[in-house]
Amino acid sequence: MSRSTTDPRRMLDLDPATIRTARSLARKAGAPVVSMAKRHTTVSVERAVLRLAGLEGADVEGIPWVNRLVDVVREDAGLEHGVSLPVWDAMLRTGDDLLTVAQKASAGSVTFRVPEGKDATKAAKASRSQVAQGIRRIDASRAQRDKLIAKYGQPPAPWIYLIVATGDIYEDMPQAQAAAREGADVIAVIRSTGQSLLDYVPEGPTREGYAGTYATQANFRLMRAALDETSKELGRYVRLTNYASGLCMPEIASLAGLERLDMMLNDSMYGILFRDINPVRTFVDQRFSRQIHARAGIIINTGEDNYLTTADAVDAAHTVTVSQLLNEYFAKEAGLADWQLGLGHAFEINPDIPDSFRMELAHAMLARALFPDAPLKWMPPTKHMTGDVFRGYLLDGFFNLAGALTGQGILLVGMMTEAVVTPWLSDRDLALQNVRYVFNAAGNLREDFRPAPDGFIATRARQVLGEAVDLLDRIVDDTLLNAIADGTFGLMKRPADAGRGLDGVVRKSSGYLNPATDLLEEGATR
Amino acid sequence: MSAARGTSKPAGTVPPAGKTAGHIVRPYGDATGDGMVQLSFTLPLPHDKRAEGAAQLFATKMGMDPAMVVHAKAMGPDFTFFVVYGPVHHLVDTRDVVIVERDYPLLSPKEINGLIKKTLHRPLVVVGACIGTDAHTVGIDAILNIKGFAGEKGLEYYTEITVVNLGAQVSVPDLVEQARRHRADAVLVSQVVTQRDAHLHNTREMSAAFREAFPADRRPLLVVGGPRFDELATEELGVDRIFGRGTTPGEVASYLVSALVPPATRPTTGTASTARPTTSRKKAS
Repeated sequence: MSRSTTDPRRMLDLDPATIRTARSLARKAGAPVVSMAKRHTTVSVERAVLRLAGLEGADVEGIPWVNRLVDVVREDAGLEHGVSLPVWDAMLRTGDDLLTVAQKASAGSVTFRVPEGKDATKAAKASRSQVAQGIRRIDASRAQRDKLIAKYGQPPAPWIYLIVATGDIYEDMPQAQAAAREGADVIAVIRSTGQSLLDYVPEGPTREGYAGTYATQANFRLMRAALDETSKELGRYVRLTNYASGLCMPEIASLAGLERLDMMLNDSMYGILFRDINPVRTFVDQRFSRQIHARAGIIINTGEDNYLTTADAVDAAHTVTVSQLLNEYFAKEAGLADWQLGLGHAFEINPDIPDSFRMELAHAMLARALFPDAPLKWMPPTKHMTGDVFRGYLLDGFFNLAGALTGQGILLVGMMTEAVVTPWLSDRDLALQNVRYVFNAAGNLREDFRPAPDGFIATRARQVLGEAVDLLDRIVDDTLLNAIADGTFGLMKRPADAGRGLDGVVRKSSGYLNPATDLLEEGATR
Repeated sequence: MSAARGTSKPAGTVPPAGKTAGHIVRPYGDATGDGMVQLSFTLPLPHDKRAEGAAQLFATKMGMDPAMVVHAKAMGPDFTFFVVYGPVHHLVDTRDVVIVERDYPLLSPKEINGLIKKTLHRPLVVVGACIGTDAHTVGIDAILNIKGFAGEKGLEYYTEITVVNLGAQVSVPDLVEQARRHRADAVLVSQVVTQRDAHLHNTREMSAAFREAFPADRRPLLVVGGPRFDELATEELGVDRIFGRGTTPGEVASYLVSALVPPATRPTTGTASTARPTTSRKKAS
């Protein structure tokens, strides 16, 4: 089958000039945010640098050493120079290793300064050399993943994405292994709901979470090992997903890179809109995390589905397109490639309105057409899952069909008990039967599916693209930060000078040093 | 149970039309009184004849007699999923059902605005939020956003109601602070996430914080809503009113007006609880 006959861009008769305009507007809207991000650092970016340098563990109160150390450095020397110069200067002065310095800092027996002259050069060199070890560990994880995928092969699209969330990592592991045996290509461990608002990453294996399991380095390691075991048993590589979002986004991204997670939820605006995290904090943290993800070969999943849970899926269809274009811009700016962009969208149109399925197809094909080389993450209905599980099962079937017809890359399997209970074993089994039936019956229907060029679907897709361009135009005029403050996305109003985590944002001085960013931007290993 | 066993004459087990007709019911499949129900569940057993027998026995113990196992499917090596159909013989008297009766009149937006204007002489202030880690603003937005729900405009539409929608994931201390700052007459909280009873914990925490922060006569009216609340649980949760699935903005607005702007002037001294209409458990008839 030649590309031209199945190219949704042609099928929808989208004007290439309009698409170029949309991309260029997204760049114009995003560029000022990127330069703003480059001018700032955050406590979490600095903690991520320390984690890459190998600082693990927590004090008796469970507060990680990276938090303790960054806090003391900030008190003594400020953070505008970054944490690296003061910390490695102290290490060179005292002869202590990183952990010892953190412990001493916590006890108040070491003070920090911003070194100058030769001392600064030495501290810079030493920090780069130690942080480079972490970067090389990320490189090694990526190489190991590539090796395993070469050995087992890639699963056919769409990848079946299933969620596990018991709160207890030792319960999650067998559940994830069972889900993989049942057919999951991707396992996502839902985080404990409060975690995005914690300004530290909990330590160690955890057995108590709130509607999810904490993301910790130890939990990442345990789950990756469990899925490696199952991958071996099944002869296919089972991917592991977690969440690089919230106040510790850069640290979680770094831990994911170190522990070979394969996909990370990482949206450019989700934290701002839905967690009320300060916009500047989010954009700074996000750029660093995406640089890590790019280096680690991690596929990001963006969160456009969320807009449709708060706004109307028809009226707000174009905000999804706008967000996808912005996410693409920010991702590419940070070094991610097309294959790493699991741009999100969702099946959330009210099923009671006429032609809802045709509109879903129009929106899904538009996303496919605009991002032909991105995997795209297709999210199941949630807003109109009413508790009528029978109707929900049918709706999930149509969601799967839309996924099949529009070539989605990552399919989050919808549960008929959405909005009722956390999925039961039988819910997952029935949901997978639904997916299998649809893809077995109609997986190749895409080859025969040609919406009429002036028909409902193509017209609707062109309309949404047009509205997206109009909105991007207004965002460029208004600036993205103002648009976010005005409630343009998901109807949430988030001003740039409010929100959680603002006090962790620091403007860089001219002498700012971040060896991790340097290594990532140079593509260097030493 | 006095009902006859068996399904040969299911209709005969229901009292004949007359005085009690309509009060005494049992499930309906395709004939009055047949008692037919469907049930699905999973047993931690490998799929074989014994497992199917166990499923049937289990359903029988639940009161389905005869229980028909119409579907059994292995889910992995250790579990089997069952669908069971069969009649139950229990009867329910609808007069025993306990519900919250609507104890306020439904008013139009115009009537509500007029009442507030006339009696309060200032806008009624409503502060709304999703508290805790709940990010699902669907409920609060349906009630507050001008777009509204079920064909009714949200509270923002009411000219005499000032709405402060704090959005998702508002902490309880923030909510208290914002309620104080805006001099809220009522605080509306929506809770959708129910894992491990998060909605109940959050609501209790919220009501306790308000009781601590405000003297009883100054405390804003506390209203929670969400699809999985028991509308009867106001006392347990320490709130003034609970709204369940399908509540419309008009119902909430009408309730707020009846609770906050009663025809008789509210006493300025004395406790707020006596001034407010009671929402305690109420038996129908």
